[in-house]
Amino acid sequence: MFNIFLDDAAALVVVLPLLISAIIAFMPSKIWPWIISLVTLVLHLVLSLHLLKEISISGLIVYEFGNWEPPWGISFKIDGVNIGLQLLFSIFVLISTFYSRKIFLSEIDSGDSGKAYSLWLLAIGSLNGIILTNDIFNLFVFLEISALASISLIALGAGQNRKALLAAFNYLIIGAIGATFYVIGVGFAYAMTGTLNMNDLVIQLAQYSDGQLAIFAGMSFMLIGLMVKAAIFPVHIWLPPAYSYAPSAVSTLLAALATKTILYFFVRLLYEVFIIYPSYLSLFLDFVLYPLSLLAIFIGTLIAIYQDDIKKLLAFSSIAQIGYITLAFSLKDHSGITSGFIHIFNHALIKGGLFMAVGYFAILQKDRVTLTSLKGFGYKYPITSFALLICGLSLIGLPLTNGFISKLYLFQALYTNQMYFSIALVAVSSALAVAYFWKIVEQMWFSEIKLKTEKEDAYIYLPIWIITFSIIVFGIYSSPIIEFSNLSADYLISGYQN
Amino acid sequence: MVGGLFIIITSQNYLKKVIGLAIFQTAVFVFFVSLAKVLDGTAPILTKMANVYSNPLPHVLILTAIVVGVATSALGLALVLQIYRNYETIEEKEIQSLELKSDK
Repeated sequence: MFNIFLDDAAALVVVLPLLISAIIAFMPSKIWPWIISLVTLVLHLVLSLHLLKEISISGLIVYEFGNWEPPWGISFKIDGVNIGLQLLFSIFVLISTFYSRKIFLSEIDSGDSGKAYSLWLLAIGSLNGIILTNDIFNLFVFLEISALASISLIALGAGQNRKALLAAFNYLIIGAIGATFYVIGVGFAYAMTGTLNMNDLVIQLAQYSDGQLAIFAGMSFMLIGLMVKAAIFPVHIWLPPAYSYAPSAVSTLLAALATKTILYFFVRLLYEVFIIYPSYLSLFLDFVLYPLSLLAIFIGTLIAIYQDDIKKLLAFSSIAQIGYITLAFSLKDHSGITSGFIHIFNHALIKGGLFMAVGYFAILQKDRVTLTSLKGFGYKYPITSFALLICGLSLIGLPLTNGFISKLYLFQALYTNQMYFSIALVAVSSALAVAYFWKIVEQMWFSEIKLKTEKEDAYIYLPIWIITFSIIVFGIYSSPIIEFSNLSADYLISGYQN
Repeated sequence: MVGGLFIIITSQNYLKKVIGLAIFQTAVFVFFVSLAKVLDGTAPILTKMANVYSNPLPHVLILTAIVVGVATSALGLALVLQIYRNYETIEEKEIQSLELKSDK
């Protein structure tokens, strides 16, 4: 019985959350939607672990829906590139769902709990679809489901601050333009090759090895569309308001995973499909992605320094961190891709932890967390504050945290590519990150007000500390993350050589 | 297509932006469907009268995309309605000046 369940694990990790989301949508109860979501995500984790086991044996799983063989049918592909991300995704959504209950209860109407968790599972299922899909049109569908679910979740923040509506609306418009651009690109690719399957696309594109204008136009449309969705620098403007006005639990999920999954697909498209046009690819990477990443790192960090609102500050620092990831991916070699994946993993943990801690402060003081409102919090809520401190130090990249591993590998990758200018810029922006994080620390521990210690809720600080603990563990014992990233890079590069 | 994009960028009214988005998306759908046309092809129904058929796949894809587009428009309109209830206007400039006042 259970084996039948496991045979379809690749499909079920996506389908299960989507199905359950429909079931819990109209549940009036406050607590049951949460419990059901939690059980679903535990099953999700079991399925992901099963996939990991399968991958370690066979190295590749292609799941054909309805037994329609690719390139005709839609297929999911799991291999070394995405298994690590799948595992991280599964673990992180479980932790953040556990964390989300009390945060949701205090920020939205309790009658909406069922609907909120329904959207929550919808976002999780579709983001997981982005990780697994091997079909470029299917990706568009998942992209839009996840965007619509997260927009609705962001709009739930309107109970706290009506600006959430504007943020959600802007995200909707800009996101839909991005997705439509992507579809135009898919249209061009389909017109030239007659296929939507990514593996088949590579084979079909090879016949136009001398290059065709229509293909380059299509590729550019697809890349620009995905850049909008992944919030890469000049088209990131939807992200800061969306993350900062969303309910805190939602910010956690989106900041940690939403852009990461799209970045993963972005890099997969670059190195698995578009690699057959090396001149186009290096043009794009060297003259578009590389300078934009540097700008993102620098400008994102600079704007973050001048933010008073902590969630906004974290959102702008996300822009900079996405810049680090794309900078690593623009290097075109094994070390670069590895360090990009390492930073995807580490930044998901760091930003998740930071948004969780700040979200808890927001419900404790029942107001937005600003620099001045944090005065003395280090003494008032020591447990959460200390977690925030560690996550923040990791964001800067101090040794013994996983942020240091990210920076180390990024520097190594840049050094082997002899990009000394970028090394200098990354170092400077890391130093600037100290500036904005120090402002928070100063308010929390070194202001003259000393508040009495108050009790903290174990249900909330437990998940925060699980994340914080993993940050320290992966800072000292970093080989799991490095191995998974190496594996991803191996697979992407080997596809390139074939 | 460009017309829809132009409306989204230039109009100050949120409702018009949603309309512009719908036009933009519909234009892309039409582009997609036009790809399906095979010269001298008929509708892809198996008959003895024809040997050349148009490609049905883009139509199916666009059917999916239309559903997505409807959902996007619906959510956009719902958000516009909520914005109107909260701000009593859907003009971008007026909302910005309202926000500036409330920040002070």
